[in-house]
Amino acid sequence: MTLGKAIPHDSATGHVTGAARYVDDLPTPADCLHLAFGLSQSARGVITSVDLSAVRKAPGVLRVLTAADLPHVNDISTAAHDEPLLAKGEVHYQGQPIFLVIATSHRAAREAAARAEIGIEEKEPILTVEQAVSQNSYFEGGPLTWSRGEAETAMQDAAHIVEGEIEIGGQEHFYLEGQVSLAEPQDNGDMVLKTSTQHPTEIQHKVAEALAVPFHAVRVETRRMGGGFGGKESQGNAPAIACAIAAHLTGRACKMRYDRDDDMVITGKRHDFKIRYKAGVDKRGRFVAVEFDQFVRCGWSQDLSLPVADRAMLHADNAYYLPNVRITSHRLKTNTCSATAFRGFGGPQGLLGIERVVDHVAHTLGLDPLVVRQRNFYNKTKPQETPYGQPVKGFILPDMVKALVDSSGYAERRDAVAKWNAENEVLKRGIALTPVKFGISFTLTHLNQAGALVNVYSDGSITINHGGTEMGQGLFQKVAQVAASGFGVSLGQVRITATDTGKVPNTSATAASSGSDLNGMAVKAAVDEIRARMTRLLAQLHQAKPRDVKFKNGKVTVGQDELTFGDVARLCHENRVSLSATGFYATPDISWDRTIGRGHPFYYFAHGAAVTEVVMDRLTGENRILRCDILHDVGQSMNPAIDIGQIEGGYVQGAGWLTTEELVWDEKGRLRTHAPSTYKIPASSDRPAEFNIALWNGKNHVPTIYRSKAVGEPPLMLGVSAFLALSDAAAACGDSYPDLDAPATPERLFFAAKRAGK
Amino acid sequence: MDIAFLLNGETVNLYGVDPTTTVLDWLRENRRLTGTKEGCNEGDCGACTVMVTDEDGTRPLNGCILFLPQINGKTLTTVEGLSSPAGDLHPVQTAMIEHHGSQCGFCTPGFVVSLAAGQINGENDHDRQIAGNLCRCTGYAPIVRAARSAARRPVPKWLRDIRTGPSFGATQDDFQPTTTEGLASLLSAHPDATLIAGATDVGLWVNKSMRNLGTTIFLNRVDDLRRIETAPYMIWIGAMTSVESLRLAMNKHHPSFGAMLDRFASAQVRAAATVGGNIANGSPIGDTPPPLIALDAMLHLRRGDETREMPLEDFFIEYGKQDLEPGEFVEAVVIPRDNGPDRLKVYKLSKRFDQDISAVLGAFNIRVQDGVVVSARIAFGGMAGTPMRARAVEAALIGQPWSAETVKAAKWSFAEDFNPMSDMRASASYRLDAAANMLDRVWLEDKGVATSVREVMP
Repeated sequence: MTLGKAIPHDSATGHVTGAARYVDDLPTPADCLHLAFGLSQSARGVITSVDLSAVRKAPGVLRVLTAADLPHVNDISTAAHDEPLLAKGEVHYQGQPIFLVIATSHRAAREAAARAEIGIEEKEPILTVEQAVSQNSYFEGGPLTWSRGEAETAMQDAAHIVEGEIEIGGQEHFYLEGQVSLAEPQDNGDMVLKTSTQHPTEIQHKVAEALAVPFHAVRVETRRMGGGFGGKESQGNAPAIACAIAAHLTGRACKMRYDRDDDMVITGKRHDFKIRYKAGVDKRGRFVAVEFDQFVRCGWSQDLSLPVADRAMLHADNAYYLPNVRITSHRLKTNTCSATAFRGFGGPQGLLGIERVVDHVAHTLGLDPLVVRQRNFYNKTKPQETPYGQPVKGFILPDMVKALVDSSGYAERRDAVAKWNAENEVLKRGIALTPVKFGISFTLTHLNQAGALVNVYSDGSITINHGGTEMGQGLFQKVAQVAASGFGVSLGQVRITATDTGKVPNTSATAASSGSDLNGMAVKAAVDEIRARMTRLLAQLHQAKPRDVKFKNGKVTVGQDELTFGDVARLCHENRVSLSATGFYATPDISWDRTIGRGHPFYYFAHGAAVTEVVMDRLTGENRILRCDILHDVGQSMNPAIDIGQIEGGYVQGAGWLTTEELVWDEKGRLRTHAPSTYKIPASSDRPAEFNIALWNGKNHVPTIYRSKAVGEPPLMLGVSAFLALSDAAAACGDSYPDLDAPATPERLFFAAKRAGK
Repeated sequence: MDIAFLLNGETVNLYGVDPTTTVLDWLRENRRLTGTKEGCNEGDCGACTVMVTDEDGTRPLNGCILFLPQINGKTLTTVEGLSSPAGDLHPVQTAMIEHHGSQCGFCTPGFVVSLAAGQINGENDHDRQIAGNLCRCTGYAPIVRAARSAARRPVPKWLRDIRTGPSFGATQDDFQPTTTEGLASLLSAHPDATLIAGATDVGLWVNKSMRNLGTTIFLNRVDDLRRIETAPYMIWIGAMTSVESLRLAMNKHHPSFGAMLDRFASAQVRAAATVGGNIANGSPIGDTPPPLIALDAMLHLRRGDETREMPLEDFFIEYGKQDLEPGEFVEAVVIPRDNGPDRLKVYKLSKRFDQDISAVLGAFNIRVQDGVVVSARIAFGGMAGTPMRARAVEAALIGQPWSAETVKAAKWSFAEDFNPMSDMRASASYRLDAAANMLDRVWLEDKGVATSVREVMP
């Protein structure tokens, strides 16, 4: 039995030796060509002239393509058909690709691209929330509102009302491996792509569209990504389609990898938000009514912004029962890169909104924010409905928080922080405990399906394949553990193979934390099928009952007889029993109507809670995380090492989003932070000096693979505790509420502390 | 240019290479050693970290901003060369597997090489060793656990020889001089040539600005510029001294300067970057000029046989313009030592502690006798187009009692000295406020008040 064990990542040895291959490491034909985009330097305008003569004359250049040179459809969008591969007449953000250089080397393509003379008649770009609202620059024609009860009326009964606004910055994915694709032309005009993507099927579809061929003419393979985090859900489309078109036109293999600066300028990021709130509470701090206006900068095209904004609305309650609530979402079209999926997919922003409200309420009432949280938690025994009407079942946060309060020494440490702050004028400490309740399932219901292909060879070796992609999260290993356990063999007997649209078709993106839930179940279905066939054969050959056939420790026993798994595979082959099966899974019990905001969009919720303690320096706003204690709910863990890795990494990524990671656009809409020299993700010393992580001991209350829970996205939101601990430290600098915005850079914290002191 | 080096135990001779070919590109494209990754191509992420050994020891370097001539005559070890020829894993590799130190794995080879170099050098501050390696998946905790575990294991025997890496077989090239004399005459003959020292800045001109550098002169074999001489009255620092060597020297003489240099870029960049380069390129946010100016350092320039000296602060004329003639180069910077005990305080302010460019860097050298400020040299980076003295603040302090009142009054003078800009690193008002508050910090530290968040323990 390998399930439940802390087994290293399947590629760990390949990672540490450098032998694990990424797309850019694959051997290519000697005549492989390399591509680079020429980018718009303006955020908005009409292209008046395109002089590419110097580009064409540059050393190593074979061809240069503009929109007019594309053979068929010029589109890279996920669905809306609003995002051309190469600009058509107008440019909508700084960094938009205008032309494509095909050259003999990566360097030659980049050098040539820099030589273009592009004339653009600039228009005033729409950059800020205020500009977009005032110019009515909305997707879907205007704001979307979901509500329950009458928030405005109910507000009148509140004992206290708090109002405010928080800015929440976006986030660059900074996957260490940038976007990269390789296209190799085949017989019949077919195309094979090896690409770093979370969504091979979408790339298959978009490439087919671009080449005007059926889906079966395109095969996409992804063995591993050097990080994804949502940034390779749709953002891999452009380089993949560019490679396919170039390969189609030249008949040669074509590869494209973005230089890091290009990658950061071209690709979408986490949506930045501005959230306006008004909340009424009773004397004890319990919510009577809450109103949110979520302003979302979506960028210039739709991409995944609608479901992202939906998920922000769906997490505006986090863990709290809001009896009367109105949530209005403003999906704003701006002349910035098209914001996209990023771990949490809008959930983190929505969640931070209500956590900020709780913090503000607690400050107003002079209560410990934890007390306000606990008083507003959903009822753990009698399920209450979320604002969108889903009963919150299996709600374990009250018990988890109690356990975390004890294990972290929260109460004593809060006192110690207060004592420290009374004694220290310059260095102030802060502490915060925040919970996470995160809905698991794609909100687009039909995406909640997965397929798998399992082959057993006649020597007993096994290959597994499924629609999920490996971006470091350990999905492949977890699924291999499912297969190994199902056949009762060692992991070494199971070969993990690259995701391949030719093996398992019509897959969903590996996203929404769904990878192991969906693909684990699909592989299990295929394994169960093959094992059932084996069992039937052995029962027949040994004159035994099927229940007497057992698969364990690499052996198969039938009553007193014992065979190796390889013997059984050989027997099946000799008896003409198929050793190959597909598996399929569709998540049950979900339904959702996004237009009215009602339904049961999530199969279940995953939970977690974190206590973070910080220290800040009032003189400069410099700050540091001192300690973090996390208790997280992964159901019954399939692999505790991988799960803890997701939690540790998710927390640091979430804390980075809310502290050092600042995206800065200038007044012309140019991104000023387009390299790691200016955009600062956490470094090693930014992790908490003391970092304690524990898994909640419990099984998922609904049947999932091994009764485990999804773990990809939920832990990111534990980083909210770091932000609110910093706010707590700033609040210790005076009596006013500090109104801290995110990211809490030293500068923002410095001014927040000043506001508190006023 | 012809060069020779040892790669993972094998001698490599290259003839007629383009001198601005990076080690990273050569490894990946010519040698098909693809374990070394390109993450950012500007020396900020560490995915391309390689290990270079010569008579000065072993150090990690960023392969993406390391030109082939810089490893002429040296030993280059990549991630592929860390395991034994028989395939036994390096202890760092084993520990990384055991502690689940990799997730997506793309940054992992860089971490492994950094940690292997740290293990050879006995470095126990793992955060310092890997400050230049970014990981987006793990949150670093498992990597540091692996580092601690590996640090307790011996350096594997197949790598021990590497430490004695001889200066074997370096090829001679006219544009890679080996003495200051040779450099001086070569630069006189080619006054338009681009000088390449550590290439941590020039590398970006090539990789990001796509510049063709024209004639290049590599300084890495000018051994007599790569040394620090300490005399009773001065510290002479050759221009080719690495920032890492400066850090070690300053830890001894001016600990606050040394501590700031812990946060100067990363281990990889400090090992390559030179003191001369940090000065000569004239960046307003270079971190060595402000403390050197506060220490009253003199700059030594040379052209042909002529030398001239000037106070370092006079070298910086305006943004992008230094007092450097064609054919002239920075030879050394000299810190006087006859001014009594160390009083230097250096404060660096940035969004991230490690490996970030300063928003503000303040250096304070305030001397107090019998309770009165007798001298004050205060210099800042990030507050103007050049590194700059805070003369009005100095004037407001000198002759006054060293007291809270004096500090409070002197803070008003910052607005007289500086009119900083707003950019992606910080706003003008924050820069001004924070710079002024650094003076408070000097005063508070003198009184024994704790002001550093980095010294607070959980």
